[in-house]
Amino acid sequence: MDAIMLQEKLVERLLCPRVRTAKQKEKQYVGFATLPNQVHRKSVKKGFDFTLMVAGESGMGKSTLVNSLFLTDLYKDRKLLNAEERINQTVEIIKHTVDIEEKGVKLKLTIVDTPGFGDAVNNNECWKPITDYIDQQFEQYFRDESGLNRKNIQDNRVHCCIYFIPPFGHGLRPVDVEFMKALHEKVNIIPLIAKADCLTPTEIKKLKDRIREEIDKFGIKVYQFPECDSDEDEEFKQLDKELKECTPFAVIGSNTVVEARGQRVRGRLYPWGIVEVENQSHCDFVKLRNMLIRSHMHDLKDVTCDVHYENYRAQCIQEMTSKLAQDNRMESPIPILPLSTPDVDTEKLIKMKDEELKRMQEMLTKMQQQMHDKD
Amino acid sequence: MVSKTVTQGFSFNILCIGETGIGKSTLINTLFNTRFENEEASHYEKDVLLRPHTYDLQESNVNLKLTIVHTVGFGDQINKEESYKPIVEYIDTQYETYLEEELKIKRSLCNFHDTRIHICLYFIAPNGHSLKSLDLVTMKKLDSKVNIIPVIAKADTVSRSELDRLKIKIMSELVSNGVQIYQFPTEDEAVAEINSSMNTHLPFAVVGSVEDVKVGNKMVKARLYPWGSVQVENENHCDFVKLREMLLRVNMEDLREQTHTRHYELYRRCKLEEMGFKDADPNSQSFSLQDTYEAKRKEFLRELQHQEEGMRQMFVNKVKETEAELKEKEKELHERFEQLKRLHHEEKKNLEEKRRELEEEMNAFNRRRVAAETLMGQALQGASQPLKKDKDKKK
Repeated sequence: MDAIMLQEKLVERLLCPRVRTAKQKEKQYVGFATLPNQVHRKSVKKGFDFTLMVAGESGMGKSTLVNSLFLTDLYKDRKLLNAEERINQTVEIIKHTVDIEEKGVKLKLTIVDTPGFGDAVNNNECWKPITDYIDQQFEQYFRDESGLNRKNIQDNRVHCCIYFIPPFGHGLRPVDVEFMKALHEKVNIIPLIAKADCLTPTEIKKLKDRIREEIDKFGIKVYQFPECDSDEDEEFKQLDKELKECTPFAVIGSNTVVEARGQRVRGRLYPWGIVEVENQSHCDFVKLRNMLIRSHMHDLKDVTCDVHYENYRAQCIQEMTSKLAQDNRMESPIPILPLSTPDVDTEKLIKMKDEELKRMQEMLTKMQQQMHDKD
Repeated sequence: MVSKTVTQGFSFNILCIGETGIGKSTLINTLFNTRFENEEASHYEKDVLLRPHTYDLQESNVNLKLTIVHTVGFGDQINKEESYKPIVEYIDTQYETYLEEELKIKRSLCNFHDTRIHICLYFIAPNGHSLKSLDLVTMKKLDSKVNIIPVIAKADTVSRSELDRLKIKIMSELVSNGVQIYQFPTEDEAVAEINSSMNTHLPFAVVGSVEDVKVGNKMVKARLYPWGSVQVENENHCDFVKLREMLLRVNMEDLREQTHTRHYELYRRCKLEEMGFKDADPNSQSFSLQDTYEAKRKEFLRELQHQEEGMRQMFVNKVKETEAELKEKEKELHERFEQLKRLHHEEKKNLEEKRRELEEEMNAFNRRRVAAETLMGQALQGASQPLKKDKDKKK
């Protein structure tokens, strides 16, 4: 209970401006200390948007978790395929959009679902449709941003991808590793351990350690929580540290409400007990929700814009300019910046000629030596 | 007869197929109440492997030679199209060994260690909706070769209502795809009732554990969670007890019989037909077998010879080719050498010419020097001459 209260206090602090001290009152008061307030008002009026991608094998509890996170039911008319139909299934991309409002703040939430991932017998490159989709969104934003009329740009870029790791194994499987490596430079990845109610606490710890080790070993760049400022108080720092040590989060989802300890909570009813989704000693659902929605949503968006999108943009521009230089075409949709990098071909030619010259010089010196000896 | 079989001892072979980490070893340990040694498998095997272990167990004077075969790396590869092949090969190899023993002239079937798989436990991951595509494909390939009992592993992640739905879905998928799983026999009156009721509980939802947890005032095998403990032997919690009953206490002998009379006979028939041996003439059975064997052997040897010839030809051709190449290269080198020599010669000539020119110049220079010296000498003499003349004049 304490942890939750603390977090709420801190969130309030972020939203409200700092109280002016008596000393500051004595100085000349210009008034730009109300800027955070203004930003806050404007953003609340504009509303926020957030695009979340969920990926993982079928039956891992993705839909249940999304419903639990946002307290909605996004998957009312879902058709699940049989095992036979899934033998050769390809991955689809399905978008669900929902508008949620809480305390006057509007959020336009888009969930990008990836049914069919990892379900076929041959899963070679099953992540390709997903990477293509992410690139497409980047490309669309890039074109909009470079266009003439930039008033109503729709930001469909994927801000975060949560990946569900099955809890039945000993760690990451090859398909998990390949998927994350294909995506870690395009989107913020947050790995989760799904269906964590089949693991005892010791097993959870062991699996988390294993997964963290393997993520390091394979060089997968998952989303890193930003370091907290040095002027935050100790408790916040402690919370932040605990959060970081808890990754990957072991989560359980539930669409049903059960009665436990006299309260009605979301949970799963078993003959041997009741698993409560929001109980921190049962699973990390609360931590995930707080992290995703309450504290780091904006940071996720920032990292997407500043890092992943910029990488994509730089790559795109470089490809375009080098291609244009080769084709010698004058028209282009965007103004070309002068090439700072020298042309690769001429450099190669120069290098070749240099080498030839060197070789001829060597031959000459050798022959001179020979003649000298003979004389 | 019973005592004779008892002294001989029984052999029982179990094949466990399931994803890495799904709980195969734990379940076997729980079933037989011992800790068989088993190392944790890695997820990164390139192909599916099978690891058999044989153990000798004894319970109330009954000896059991138990062989457990686990799949390693099943379901881990990205492309699982070939995953079922090693399993089918293994099963066929065991049948093959038995067939060879049976066909021997001097055979010792009573002492023979029967390694044919009597039962295949297929572990289904509890993903909540239905079978995985890999499960369906694998079971379809195995259902005519071995008795399959599907089990839902790690069943403590499925709630009661979900479990009922899952069981129905799995069975309907198996039926609609024509997969024949093992049905507990209902002909024998003694066990008919219990068997038929068990048949309705398939697939069994199992939980395995070898750790003892204190529940109430007893120590039982269970898994301890923050929200409660799952007791393995509690029939309300999972179907482990049912599985143990069916597998070990009631139907073990029937499983062995089915393997021998149905699956093995099917294999034997297919194999012998392949060898060109038909049932038509019972008298000449042994002869035709011998003949066909000889014929096949001759053919085989002929083929081998043919292949050897082919390889030898290839080798000879390759050698010729490389020889030709080398010769050409040699020629090229010679030419280059000649060329260089000529160049060298020319350069030498040029240098010689220059030298001569230099020498000439030197000679010319020397001559001029000598001439200059003589001139100077003359000039000096000339200078002293007038002096002499002066002297003479003065005299």
